[in-house]
Amino acid sequence: MESFIQNLVETHARRPTRLLAILRAVQARYFHIPDQAIRFLSKELNIPTTRIIGVIEFYSFLHLTPRGRYDILISDSITDHMLGKHNLMDYLSNKLSVSPGNVREDGLISLDNTSCTGMCDQGPAGLINGHAITRLDRSRIDAIAQLIDEQKALEDWPKEFFQVADNIYQSDLLLSSRISAGEGLQATFARGLKETLLEVDQSGLRGRGGAGFNTAMKWRFCSEESEQERYVVCNADEGEPGTFKDRVLLNSYADQVFEGMTICAALIGARQGFLYLRGEYLHLYQKLENILNQRRQTGLLGNNILGKGLNFDIEICLGAGAYICGEESALIESLEGKCGIPRNRPPYPVSQGYLNKPTVVNNVETFVATANIALHGGAWFAAKGTEKSQGTKILSISGDCLRPGIYEYPFGVTVRQILEDCDAHDVLGVQIGGPSGTFISNQELDRILGFEDLATGGSFIVFNSTRNILDIVRNFTDFFAHESCGFCTPCRVGTSLLKNQLDKIVDGHGSAGDVVALEELTRLVKNHSHCGLGQTAANPIIHTLERYPDLYQSQLKNISYEPGFDLNASLETARRMANRNDAGAHLAQVEE
Amino acid sequence: MSKTFTLDGKPIPFEDGQTIMEAATAAGVYIPHLCHHPEFTPHGSCKLCNVNVNGRTCSACTFPATEGQDVLSETTEINQDRQKITQMLFIEGNHLCPGCEKSGNCQLQAVAYHLNMLDNHFPHFYPKREMDASHPDVMIDHNRCIFCSLCVRASQQADGKNVFAISGRGINKHLIVNSESGQLKDSDINAGDRAAHICPTGAILIKRTGYTVPIGERIYDHKQIDQVSLETEHESHD
Repeated sequence: MESFIQNLVETHARRPTRLLAILRAVQARYFHIPDQAIRFLSKELNIPTTRIIGVIEFYSFLHLTPRGRYDILISDSITDHMLGKHNLMDYLSNKLSVSPGNVREDGLISLDNTSCTGMCDQGPAGLINGHAITRLDRSRIDAIAQLIDEQKALEDWPKEFFQVADNIYQSDLLLSSRISAGEGLQATFARGLKETLLEVDQSGLRGRGGAGFNTAMKWRFCSEESEQERYVVCNADEGEPGTFKDRVLLNSYADQVFEGMTICAALIGARQGFLYLRGEYLHLYQKLENILNQRRQTGLLGNNILGKGLNFDIEICLGAGAYICGEESALIESLEGKCGIPRNRPPYPVSQGYLNKPTVVNNVETFVATANIALHGGAWFAAKGTEKSQGTKILSISGDCLRPGIYEYPFGVTVRQILEDCDAHDVLGVQIGGPSGTFISNQELDRILGFEDLATGGSFIVFNSTRNILDIVRNFTDFFAHESCGFCTPCRVGTSLLKNQLDKIVDGHGSAGDVVALEELTRLVKNHSHCGLGQTAANPIIHTLERYPDLYQSQLKNISYEPGFDLNASLETARRMANRNDAGAHLAQVEE
Repeated sequence: MSKTFTLDGKPIPFEDGQTIMEAATAAGVYIPHLCHHPEFTPHGSCKLCNVNVNGRTCSACTFPATEGQDVLSETTEINQDRQKITQMLFIEGNHLCPGCEKSGNCQLQAVAYHLNMLDNHFPHFYPKREMDASHPDVMIDHNRCIFCSLCVRASQQADGKNVFAISGRGINKHLIVNSESGQLKDSDINAGDRAAHICPTGAILIKRTGYTVPIGERIYDHKQIDQVSLETEHESHD
């Protein structure tokens, strides 16, 4: 083991910033991070063991105890639920004789749930040893069970199990533009760097991750910092349930992503860039590495790019299962090989980001847009969209519609139009921007996408009238409790309290004051949390309470006091000890 | 002329680089806090010091003071929210004041009294947490840890060691010890270390000193935490 780790550490130039990559490799080889490895790494990288353990315990894909040699994770996104995930999980669990959360006794298989894997248009989906599997059904599960029984290596499994389709149904400015590698850069140099930043400014482009900060302004702020060492980071950690557009952009438009990053580097004066790729997209890693190599060979990356004196290169860093790393300062912490805990701001990343140096962090789609703007000009982009939201937006559409996939629209499009295009019928509501975004009911379908009305990072989940709103809200609320980094009190404790309080109401244990208590909690978590995760974690409850107050009230028991706990459930231990389960061993909470 | 901002309508002078907390403390105004300590890098995690700055919620211990800011701290709403956040800290762990030797010297308890907290309000989590009594002089009762990270920072910044770290994610956060066994006895902590004395609750205790000062004569038995805090932290901030 020591020689394996020794080599690994050397490959990563003994840099503690590469800790996550090193731990991913150890996990892949030993199915966990053994004690011995932690101690050895601590010496080799000269960092305390506690920092290594902290990182392992923070990321969902790293483990202190062994997982199975076939580690199966099933996506727990609401869209997977809607495609029958529960039944499939039961089937899988029976078939493989292992229950979710556990490792089979022979150590061959482990099974668990995982947060949305970004395959909502081709679920139910999951990950096997980190590799995406799509379109799960009983026959595919039968085949998988047999392959595991035969202990076949993953490379020898049928390729179609791992096939990930793009599913592009509607293209506009960006998806229909097929610029070839280097075109955007050449245009940038031909026009001039300052002039190109002006074009970005004139395009009106705002960050496509959802927050919508003006891109040109961010780049200008960064370029005006006195510190000369600067960085460009592409945020490809799309973890918002229901989002998968960056997966498609990286699969089929990667050159444009890297081109946009390189243009940014030229404009702000950066020599190093990072693509922070969510761990769930491991299947894209090698393809992206190959494209980077091609770009190096054709003079589009490396020293003296296109003979213009620009030196810039890009490194891909894989995440390890933490939604919070989509928050830009948490992402930077993760890039530095630490737990993804959002930083205190100010200072903002443009002045103190990666290694406390000025850093631009932008979404994948933002970089694709800038590569195109560099070539076609700002006016080309600004001609589409609305006054406040220029250009187009790429949406990931999933849920109850006949054509789930990728759709690009000019901002200002109505929800109704989109629902028509993706063939959605009998709509109950739409979750726009993912769980952290906005739930709208079928009374609001004429609202528009754009920063002036419904801002979105691209997730668009359709629900039809057969769906239960409280199930949806419960799935989202569980998600936030699971993904809270735990740094601040209101989010760490508050998201768990929200989950418990919602469960209490939905399970029929709530009484008169419980909805009021739920509302009070949502306000606390929203107003006092440290970062965007906590500040939006209560949105699913807030938005559905606003729209369907009666739905919540109807779950409540008609009693005048508020039971603090479930009396009957609390007797479970006593029943077990007395070996009794007759009617007399059960107590009703209240005379009903 | 020095720069000022207003805190609850009162002008507070500050110097560039000072946080709202630092400027307020120097001016003799208490803002409730637990994870903040003037000697160590601000953390901003407990969120008790959340104040309203020009309409936005910010943590006073990390947010820089700037000219003309309008800061609200002692409003009924903000103090009610602080009380709720304190209640969250109580129900998340197992805090049983009557049986805790830190009672009366405990900042968590004192801030709860200060905020007029009379019950725990939220349903208890009753987590199962361990104790580490392996070390001859120092012990950890994880039931009382609030993840303020003061011991982590004190060990690094005052003791030049790295005895503690916060590990885990979300509600599974926990304090870990830097030693081969993970136990305190195998770490390089000493009873004289700042890290062994900095805990604002009863999570890290020095053995055999629990009742040398009897209940009734302890720090917060006769003074409120705002007074104690300003007396002890005023100097450090200057």
